[in-house]
Amino acid sequence: MAKKLAIIASKGTLDGAYPPFLLASTAAALGFEAKIFFTFYGLQLLNKELKLKVSPLGNPAMPMPVPVPSIVQIIPGLEGFATWMMKRKLKKKGVASVEELRDICLESGVELIACQMTVDLFDFKHEDFIEGISSGGAATFLEFASDADITLYI
Amino acid sequence: MSEFDVEIDSSGLNCPLPVLKARKALSEMSDGQRLHLIATDKGANKDIPAFCKMTGNPLIESEETEGKLHFIIEKGEANG
Repeated sequence: MAKKLAIIASKGTLDGAYPPFLLASTAAALGFEAKIFFTFYGLQLLNKELKLKVSPLGNPAMPMPVPVPSIVQIIPGLEGFATWMMKRKLKKKGVASVEELRDICLESGVELIACQMTVDLFDFKHEDFIEGISSGGAATFLEFASDADITLYI
Repeated sequence: MSEFDVEIDSSGLNCPLPVLKARKALSEMSDGQRLHLIATDKGANKDIPAFCKMTGNPLIESEETEGKLHFIIEKGEANG
């Protein structure tokens, strides 16, 4: 029987988008049955058009070309600049885009599940999400996770 | 390197793309055919053997020449 991977994706930042899609697509390539449950800010990863950003604010570990004090990081545009820089670096280093990994997940049968409670909470619309996903609640996730070989909260 | 049927060059691509490319290529091959995968991702040194072990596609050969990693993977029986 195929091994199972269950992931909860709760982050909606560019850096937070990588681990769930990267691990699930690779798990599918290794023959796993994989499901990702998207909750809270993680729901942003299901939008048709991804506008994910990375912020150096409150993240002292983020490598910057020059040291930027926290007080300066609140300047409008700095987040956009950091995101642009990160995307350029990802491309230069031959790292797949989030969209690419998400497409591979869908093509390889990874089930993407939107948390219905947070969809309602934020007034998100299912038509804003990509095709081919499902929705469910806590019990949906737990049923699958209860006999998963690996369970991750990201 | 020994003989192969299909070649995929994943040079310049980073983790997990070499594994995903290998998977896609193998899924389109017939049992017993061999894939030559070229990679520059240093992690592939560990990742490709792990992929082969988990999917039952034997790793026939691996070597590093001129900064590139070369793998010969045989498509195992009944493995997509």
